Amino acid sequence: MSELLPPVIVGAGPAGIRAAERLVAAGLRPVVVDEAARWGGQIYRQPPDGGFTRPKTALYGFEAGKADAVHRAMAAIRDRVDYRPRTLVWNCEAGALDLLSDGTSEILPFSHLILATGATDRVLPFPGWTLPGVFTLGGSQVALKFQGCAVGRRVAFLGTGPLLYLVAYQYLKAGVEVAGVFDTTPFAAQARATTGMLRDPATLAKGLLFVGWLRAHGVPIHNGVRPVRAEGAERVEALVWRDARGQERRTGCDAVAFGLGLRSETQLADLAGCRFRFDEADRAWLPERDGAGCSSVPGVYLAGDGSGIAGADAAELAGERAALALLEDLGRPVEAARVKELDGRLARIAAFRRSLSAAFPFPVDWAAAIADDTMICRCEGITAGAVREVARSGQAREMNRAKALTRVGMGRCQGRMCGATMAELLSRTLGTGPDGVGRLRAQPPIKPLPIATIVPSPRGGEGTDGREVA
Amino acid sequence: MALLQRVAEQGRRVVRFTLDGRPVEALEGDTVMTAMLTNGERLRRTEFADTPRAGFCMMGACQDCWVRTEEGERLRACGTFIADGMRLVSGGEWTS
Amino acid sequence: MMRERIDCDVAIVGGGIVGGSAALFLRQARLSVTLLERDWCGAKASGVNFGGVRRQGRPLEQLPLSQRAHAIWGRLPDLLGTDAEYIRSGHLKLARSEPDLASLIDYRERSQGFGLGLEIVTGEAFRRRWPALGDRAIGGSLCPEDGHANPRLVSPAFARAAAKLGAVVREQTPVDRVEKDGDRFVLLSGDALEVRARFLLNTAGAWSWRVAEAFGEPVPLESLHPNMAVTEPLPRFLDVNIGVEGGGVYGRQVPRGNMVVGGGRGFALDADRARPQRDAVLTLMRDAAELFPQLRHAHVIRCWTGVEGYTPDRNPIIGPSRTTPGLFHAFGFSGAGFQIGPGVGQTLAELVTGGETPMPLEAFSIDRFPPTA
Ligand SMILES: Cc1cc2nc3c(=O)[nH]c(=O)nc-3n(C[C@H](O)[C@H](O)[C@H](O)COP(=O)(O)OP(=O)(O)OC[C@H]3O[C@@H](n4cnc5c(N)ncnc54)[C@H](O)[C@@H]3O)c2cc1C
Ligand SMILES: Cc1cc2nc3c(=O)[nH]c(=O)nc-3n(C[C@H](O)[C@H](O)[C@H](O)COP(=O)(O)OP(=O)(O)OC[C@H]3O[C@@H](n4cnc5c(N)ncnc54)[C@H](O)[C@@H]3O)c2cc1C
Ligand code: FES
Repeated sequence: MSELLPPVIVGAGPAGIRAAERLVAAGLRPVVVDEAARWGGQIYRQPPDGGFTRPKTALYGFEAGKADAVHRAMAAIRDRVDYRPRTLVWNCEAGALDLLSDGTSEILPFSHLILATGATDRVLPFPGWTLPGVFTLGGSQVALKFQGCAVGRRVAFLGTGPLLYLVAYQYLKAGVEVAGVFDTTPFAAQARATTGMLRDPATLAKGLLFVGWLRAHGVPIHNGVRPVRAEGAERVEALVWRDARGQERRTGCDAVAFGLGLRSETQLADLAGCRFRFDEADRAWLPERDGAGCSSVPGVYLAGDGSGIAGADAAELAGERAALALLEDLGRPVEAARVKELDGRLARIAAFRRSLSAAFPFPVDWAAAIADDTMICRCEGITAGAVREVARSGQAREMNRAKALTRVGMGRCQGRMCGATMAELLSRTLGTGPDGVGRLRAQPPIKPLPIATIVPSPRGGEGTDGREVA
Repeated sequence: MALLQRVAEQGRRVVRFTLDGRPVEALEGDTVMTAMLTNGERLRRTEFADTPRAGFCMMGACQDCWVRTEEGERLRACGTFIADGMRLVSGGEWTS
Repeated sequence: MMRERIDCDVAIVGGGIVGGSAALFLRQARLSVTLLERDWCGAKASGVNFGGVRRQGRPLEQLPLSQRAHAIWGRLPDLLGTDAEYIRSGHLKLARSEPDLASLIDYRERSQGFGLGLEIVTGEAFRRRWPALGDRAIGGSLCPEDGHANPRLVSPAFARAAAKLGAVVREQTPVDRVEKDGDRFVLLSGDALEVRARFLLNTAGAWSWRVAEAFGEPVPLESLHPNMAVTEPLPRFLDVNIGVEGGGVYGRQVPRGNMVVGGGRGFALDADRARPQRDAVLTLMRDAAELFPQLRHAHVIRCWTGVEGYTPDRNPIIGPSRTTPGLFHAFGFSGAGFQIGPGVGQTLAELVTGGETPMPLEAFSIDRFPPTA
């Protein structure tokens, strides 16, 4: 009976595409929903229609082969899936999703749902981070890959994580001046972690290549950096930073690309009722999933970076694995050998990821050092001091309370850009671990919803109480 | 001066729109964000402090890039494509 | 583990605006008070409501309490050390038809003598005064001193102010058992805490029926979930708090520019939590956009709801228990307890300290429901 509804996949990145492929192979016709106009997800994002001509080797470099394979996989099943591009899932309620497409909202009931919602940059604030010219690392890559644009003429790259050197390298290759790489990681931490990274020599080799290439082109690389501020009146004019010895220095630039790794898009899993747990490696609350991708809610599966950062290769494997779990739950035959193979490869990647997060440690002292007058909430313009104050005075001992009192997390982004910061500030001030202050609850709509949204068949809410005029 | 710099894919069809009343050009396939920031330095000014903003994440997460059209429509600039004849505004609506 | 024991004059179950304000007024009267709150004080209905601080439109029997509360709202900075974004913007109730206008006029007449100062404005004068409302109403009734406030700030502030005056306020402390042992109430929270008190206030909001039932007086209380939405900040176009005669949508624009609108109902996730309901949200958005064309291009950035206790006649239950001396109830505000909450708190304090109150409470007696529901 549950097979009456087609399985639904949210996200057409590597995870979602491989999941769809597997379901199609089993004779199902899944619905694939993605906010983007074309499939590919973040890493394999495709340029828009309209005369873009760069070949995949130019767009995806070393990953061109994988990108092409993922794109082709989707193209091959295109007429056997119900693909809904440019469609935002804005809510999940009682066994159905709410989709927004072209200004119209539609209800999509499901019995089986795979969430492959991916990730975006994790950030911490520093003075000047809202100035025009400061972009996330991911965003800076999107500008290049998706629009053929650089975020500036002379760009400073700041932060940590695999994207830092990758995007700096891509900019250099595109002919943009790289003012420097300002790595928050002390050199020692990276060296220590390489031992673990040897498990995946290919990734290690790529990382070394980027660094080597940048150095060979005279790009200064600084380790153990902390940002002091981005300077400028109406746009970025310089990055002021502190070197590993504590010396304050200034680098002229017209853009700063920065990020501290990635954070998962977990809102739909939350609305779907999935149980969350604190993940030490990601330093974040994530929806629980078992090795196969099953969440705590029967019929809801999790795959890819949307439920824990593990990178593109893992996303492909996890997408397929989640589809197999779904098929098993439907009572369909699945190939045991394939399951075993996927499980083995996912386990190896998991081990590698642990060493990677040791190589790119989250700079906890950055959070600790955020000045009280630094704006931490871009949407509502709230400062770090406001959060510390409600914690110090005993008014807030967890995230949702702090949100209610300070508005951090209440703006348009719903905590995507400020949630990690608030967790750090609260837990520091209260002396709990980062897991001790809970997590922001997701609220619909998970992204802004036009009030003029068209509802084809308005069913009307439950009657309003005539006396209730508040 | 422009914030974003074109470094590739410049052979696309030209799209004409206005930015703060000024006729300007972008290329087909540009997002509203690219179109505005290759012609200017900001997307909007903030509600509470009247400071300039130019987006941040470029992937629909930060919601920092909501801009207005002269008709009052609101667009998320990084997720909307530019079209001929759009009339976009980057000034504050709060202080006027 | 040793069980902590607290002896006090008054124990309060529930730290919403009613329990929190009762604690504050009891401390002002120098009684020893222990307030037990399962969640965080003011995190439930009191902290998530629409924020309407409105007397207009209430049943007449609520108006004395509502007037009393009005005076307290006027002293917020003194009492709480914050104005909690409370503004006396006026509350304008719109009439969209002649019969609705007639009923507003009728209400003004019936409520005369309570001091609401209602003003009926119609036709051209109405359009001139509120051009933002255009022609979507033929007139309205203005209560100039009604207004709105930020519930997230006000409600916790009452409990905080009580604590500052010496009340023992325990959060994350559910009362699991209550009973009376001789002349003392005994409240247990797990194995960790025992509170003994001469008086007990049942201000547990939508969950108050549990306390009432423990003392042998079941009540017909139903949990419902008013649906709320808020837009991104917009240039100011509206200063009054807006309601519509006959119900439906209501809205207020906060000083930062966000428009908060309410209407319809959410659904329960379980006994303690609720979520907005999709059809209600979409209907609310449509109705709000129709009433306020200024919202035409706006986006809703958040929706929410809360858990509120409703009685069959939509009046609260306030006053002494009929089974147990020393126990006082105050709950079942049926979607409108935010404004009168502090007035109720003050009244409860009077009942405890002097055994009486000048407030007429007959209409709110628990006796009006049959003893076994
Ligand atoms: C800019 C960027 C560059 C990256 N580069 C690399 C790299 O070089 N190497 C690497 O290993 N990893 C990289 N990553 C990490 C990358 O996210 C993953 O490796 C990979 O893309 C994960 O695949 P996925 O399928 O889990 O998610 P994604 O590829 O992120 O796909 C998720 C998809 O879900 C859609 N979606 C999410 N929420 C909704 C919703 N509510 N409604 C509708 N659609 C929705 C999104 O539009 C997106 O297309 C990068 C990440 C970013 C952000
Ligand atoms: C969405 C919404 C919109 C509303 N809009 C308005 C409005 O605009 N104007 C207006 O006047 N009114 C409005 N109301 C109604 C108003 O919010 C409530 O009537 C009022 O807040 C009730 O206050 P309270 O203190 O009785 O209840 P609550 O605020 O619910 O407080 C009761 C407290 O008791 C605690 N509790 C329960 N059981 C236990 C236990 N066993 N042990 C310990 N603690 C316990 C709960 O955790 C809770 O904090 C609205 C309500 C909602 C839900
Ligand atoms: S730039 Fe972040 S949402 Fe558009």
